[in-house]
This record gives sequence, structure tokens and C-alpha cells, in this order.
Amino acid sequence: MSFFSKQKPVSNTSNSLLNGLRKTRAILTSNLSDLFTGRKQIDAELLEELETRLLMADMGIETTDTVLDALRKHIGFGDIDSPLSLLTALRDLLRQRLQNPEPLSLVKKPHAILVVGVNGSGKTTTIGKLARHYQQLGHSVLLAAGDTFRAAAVEQLQTWGARNKVPVVAQGNGADSAAVIFDALQSAQARGIEILLADTAGRLHTQSNLMEELKKVKRVLTKLDPQAPQETWLVLDATTGQNALQQARQFHQAIGLTGLVITKLDGTAKGGIIFAIKEELNLPVCYIGVGEGIDDLKPFNADDFVDALLASDE
Amino acid sequence: MFNKLTDRMTSVLRSVGGSGRLTAENIEQAVRDVRKALLEADVALPVIKAFIAGVKERALGAEVMKSLSPGQAFIKIVNDELIAIMGSESQPLELKAQAPVVILVAGLQGAGKTTSVAKLACYLKQRQKKSVMVASCDIYRPAAIEQLAILAESIEVQFFPSSSKDNPAKIASAAIDAARKKSVDVLILDSAGRMHIDQEMMQEIRLVHQAAQPVETLFVIDSMVGQDAVNIARAFDAALPLTGVILTKVDGDARGGVALSVRYITGKPIKFLGMGEKIDALELFHPERLASRILGMGDLLSLVEEAQTKLDEKKSEQLANKLKKGRGFDLEDLREQLASMQKLGGINSIMSKLPGMANMQQAVSQQMGDDHNRKMIAIINSMTPGERRKPEVINGSRKRRIANGSGAQIQEVNRLLKQHKQMSKVMKKFSKGGMQNMLRTMQGKLPPGMGF
Repeated sequence: MSFFSKQKPVSNTSNSLLNGLRKTRAILTSNLSDLFTGRKQIDAELLEELETRLLMADMGIETTDTVLDALRKHIGFGDIDSPLSLLTALRDLLRQRLQNPEPLSLVKKPHAILVVGVNGSGKTTTIGKLARHYQQLGHSVLLAAGDTFRAAAVEQLQTWGARNKVPVVAQGNGADSAAVIFDALQSAQARGIEILLADTAGRLHTQSNLMEELKKVKRVLTKLDPQAPQETWLVLDATTGQNALQQARQFHQAIGLTGLVITKLDGTAKGGIIFAIKEELNLPVCYIGVGEGIDDLKPFNADDFVDALLASDE
Repeated sequence: MFNKLTDRMTSVLRSVGGSGRLTAENIEQAVRDVRKALLEADVALPVIKAFIAGVKERALGAEVMKSLSPGQAFIKIVNDELIAIMGSESQPLELKAQAPVVILVAGLQGAGKTTSVAKLACYLKQRQKKSVMVASCDIYRPAAIEQLAILAESIEVQFFPSSSKDNPAKIASAAIDAARKKSVDVLILDSAGRMHIDQEMMQEIRLVHQAAQPVETLFVIDSMVGQDAVNIARAFDAALPLTGVILTKVDGDARGGVALSVRYITGKPIKFLGMGEKIDALELFHPERLASRILGMGDLLSLVEEAQTKLDEKKSEQLANKLKKGRGFDLEDLREQLASMQKLGGINSIMSKLPGMANMQQAVSQQMGDDHNRKMIAIINSMTPGERRKPEVINGSRKRRIANGSGAQIQEVNRLLKQHKQMSKVMKKFSKGGMQNMLRTMQGKLPPGMGF
């Protein structure tokens, strides 16, 4: 197995996210800055162009309308009088709608993190990267191969375990997912592990039997620890459009989410749907995935995210 | 969604009244609503702009058909235009080339390529009786090759073993050699997921394509993708001579506007839909159905048409008049309504055509399925005309007789009577009776969030 065959060089500066995102979004973002720098005054054309940009970022029509209405109001009051102040106000408005994640409060070990999401959103890869991240922060980590459905999902997680040199609790394919994760939590308790990362099979939020299965996982864990899982994170693919809100709603309703991880932000997708999810469900984004390498995971930073979305280069 | 869309359009277009023509002014609001609907369905904005320009051109000056209201006429144009873009027929795979016919799939990470390869292999094996081999050129994702091996074993097709130390283009060539030696009909090549802006990886898939010379190069994309579909589709279309598209995870509740975006940008037909976790859950693509789904309207137009041809207008009117005159909805009428439902293909068929009802279909058919329907008719048939007109007279011994006559349990007779009572209450609320009006009212009654 060529573990590091596709790992990309990663800079460790705090701005690497912004740089990474900027680079990949050069075309779109340079257009946006052109939009502002080339203009002396605010006109209908500028606002329409702005609307287009926000919609193209998958912000959704409702959020876009709300933001633009707020901007128009300010323009009416006269507090926004130039394209530059419009850009600043827009950034502030967007920034206000997001929040930075709180660091994990590891009061009790193990801290169990249940990772859920639809098929192909990047759960297993995210867990592999999270394991590295928490190890680097000095925590002991255990992985639970809870995806017992998809062919070779267990092997995939075991590979990540080997890369990170962390133990993986697994049973065969077709085993009961709840039982595997229960075993893993028990094992984590016995070994004094600090963080348990539990993988689950991808499931569409419309499949009620599979959503029931997730509820069972949660129910079973509380038998060992009434507070477990301490975190339940939904992994969302950044290329997902308006359906992401529906996914968040359904998973939240079924098992109560505590946060989001947005993956595949290294492409041209912007993940603007997180505004609507924050607004409706008050779910913070904890991490973002920016590549397939083991280090391509960053804690979410709202300022960087909004800047990367708007990317003004002033 | 569709309800709102129609309602708004209808109210806007009501002012057109007698003129019966769509004009630039009276469709403006409707156009804005369509734009919004398409945005909510995740159709990419540049595609929407081009699409709307086309709709406007066709709608302006169009005569409104007698059978449809101006609002409906406008929707029909939108619907027709959607189908025009997507093509009106499903397009099969090109398999007539010299064996082994090579099929290559490509797409982003997590789009569902490996699962689609297995489903496609299963489809070709079962329905087209082809001998199939699959091979994986994914040397990056851990256990990707193993995943395909396991799937191949489960559907009993041949698997070409590759190693993550090999070069993808070389794997492709070697797999073709192996396929030739074993004289299989079709070889399907899986590839690694790649970001469309990753130049190195896009070059790699080009080399795989060169080495494999596939007859079909299928672009696999997740039906939940949003605005980014434009960038993704454009990049893959530029890198590879695509021959078709597989849209995956269609069994979710995304409206699938990406289908329109991809089709518009690449011009390539959507050939298959991935519809579920099971290995045989792959369906041929029907453009009209997806057009309706994007609009969130089910096959409503066809239901309206069917209702018009199959339902007896006279009987509906009689019932309407009767209810208007204040006479109750009796069991005779209930039987009539049940029979109408049967004529339209039963409750299952109706539900499947109503927007947003697909998910409810299963639940409903258990409670009030077509068997149930038939049984209710049998029970009513076992009553005397007097009992049907005045259900109050049905006492214990009459119930026993009716149950015996229809082969039902007394409890079932009771349930029917209770249901009738509830229905007659509801019926009073409809100013006009009849199946058609009921359907129309139901459209307005669907709870929000039940759309696709």
C-alpha cells in the first residue's frame, strides 16, 4: 500500500487554509475583487452580480436574499456609500452568521466522537485525518470501524489506523455496527484512551431504517456512558447544494448533531450552505477537509472561511 | 414547491383573463418564480439564465390551450423545455464494438464510481447476458481495489487484480489484455476519485483513457451536487471525451437539478440513475420523470390528463350538485369514489404521481392499499340500496349479514362505516365533490417540506 503516494506538501502557517482556498479559487475570486476594485459606485448591476456570486457559492436563495436585503437597508441609510464599504459590510454580515468551534472539552475520557453522513461524503478519510490531528495535539486515539456495510470499509479504516499507528476496533463485514462501536468504547475505557473516533456506514437521510440503526448506536453507547457520544458530527461534502440543509435536518432530528465537518473544500465548491444550516439548526462547523493527504484537515476558522468565500485582496 | 409555483403563477396570470395569451408583462413574476424553483432545485445559475431565456422566447405569444389555465400552460412550456434539454428518450450503452468493449468511469471523490461500476456490471450481466470483467485503476484510496474485488465476487463477475503500486494506465492496458484472453464481452474500468482542478490527476485520467480507448466514458456525479456542478462538469468534459453520465444517490430527496446543469454543459446524455444501496439498484434514465422531479411536480400533468379521460364527468357533476343541495355523502357515493380511484390505477398509482408523495406511498398502501379498496367496495355491494343511502339504519344483525355477504369481518364493516362518517364530514367542506376537485384540493393540503 503506497501510503503517502498522494500526499501533498502542507504548509503549517495559520494562513494555509486561506492560501489553499485562494489558489484554487483564483478564477472566481479574482473576478469578485475585479467587481469591487473596478467600480466607483454602487449600482443595481453590482448588486445583481453580488447576488449571482452568493448564489453560486450555494448560499441558497433565502440566505442570499436576507443578506442582500440587509445590505440594501444600509445603503438606504447611507452607511454604505462605496463598493469598498459594501464589501466590508458584506464580510461582516457573513462573519456574524458563523462561529468558530469551541475546543473539545476533554473532562472525561474517553471522549467519543460519532461520525455520520451520507454515502461518499468523506467520513472514513476525515476520521483518518482527525486521528492524526488529535495525536499531534498529544491525545491517545482509538478508531471504531462502525461501517460494517460497505465492501472494504473496514480495511480502509484499518489502513488509516496503520498510517497513524492507532488501534482499530473492528469486526467482520456485516457485523452489527452498534456492537462494534460499543466494543470500541468499552475498550477505550479499559485502555484509558482519550478520544474515540467512531466511523459509521454512509446512509441517505431518507432511509428511515438506517436512521433507526444510528439511533440504536447512540442508545447502546449510553449504556456504557450516559454522556456518550460526547460529539456527533455530520460530514458534509462541500459540493452538495441545497440538499445539505435537508441532510443536516434529518440527521439532527434523528440523533442530535453537535457539529459539522465540511469536506472537499480544496475544489471550487464553496460550501455556502453552512450559513443556512447555522441559521436553522445552530450547528457550528468544527473542521474542514482540504485534500486527501493525512494533514489536509483544518480547524474551521470563520474569518478565513468568509475571506476565502469573498477573497478581497486589499 | 409545485403548489406554491402554480398558485403564484395562477394568481399572477389570472389578470390575463380573457386575452388567453402569455405576454412579457404577465409572465414576469412567473419567470421569477421558475428561477427560484430551479435555484432551490440546485440547477446552476448560468444554466438557469440560459434556460429562462429559452422559456421566455417560447412562451411569449403562445396561445393558451382551452384545457389549461394560463398558469398551467406556462408550466407546461417549462416542463417541455426541460425535457427538450434533457432529451426525450433514454439512451442505451453503446456495446456494438469489438469485444472486449471497454467502459471507463470518472468523477469526483465520493461520487459513487465503484458502486456504479458494480451496479453496471450486474446490469450488463443480468439484463444483457454479457460476460463482464471489472478492474480498478484507483491506486490512491485505501482499500479501493479490495472494495471492487469484494463487489465483483458478490455479483459473480470476473475481477482483474491490480495493485496500488501499479500505474493506472498500465493497469488499464493489462486489464484489456486479460479481458481479451478470457474473451469477456465488456470490461469496466474504475478510476480514482479526483478533484477537477487537480491538473496532475486530470492528466492521469487522460492517460488511462488513451491506454484503454473506451467505447463509453461515463462521468459519475452525485445528484446532490449544487452550483459547483458547472465547474466540475466543464473540467471533466474538457479533459475526456465523455459519452454519458451516471447520476447517483437519486434515491435521496435532492431535486437533482444537477442533471440539468450537467446535461446543459456537457451535452452528453444521462444514461443511468443509481437508486439505492442494493447492487441491482441501477435504472435507465427517463428525462421526463426527472424534469418533473426538478419542478417538484411528480407526474402531475399526466395525472390531470388521465383524470380527464378516465373519470366520468357526469357522475362527478351529479355528486357535486347533490352535495351542493345539502344532501349528504352516502355510501353509494363512496363506492363511486372508490371505483374512480381503481380506474386511475389505484391509490398507489395516484400517490406515485403526486408531487412529494413518493415517500408516503408505502405507508399509505399499507393502511389503505388497493386490496383494502376492493374490500370496501365488496362490503358496500353487500348492503341494500336503503342501507347505502341511510347508513344509520345498519344495526348489529344487519352488520352480520353484510359481513357474511362480503366475506369480511364485522370489525371491517364497522371500520368502513366509521371511515364513511369521517369522509362525509370532510366532503361537506369541499364546495364541489368529485375526484378531480379532491385531487386539486389535496395539492394545496400537502404539508410543507414533503417535497422531494
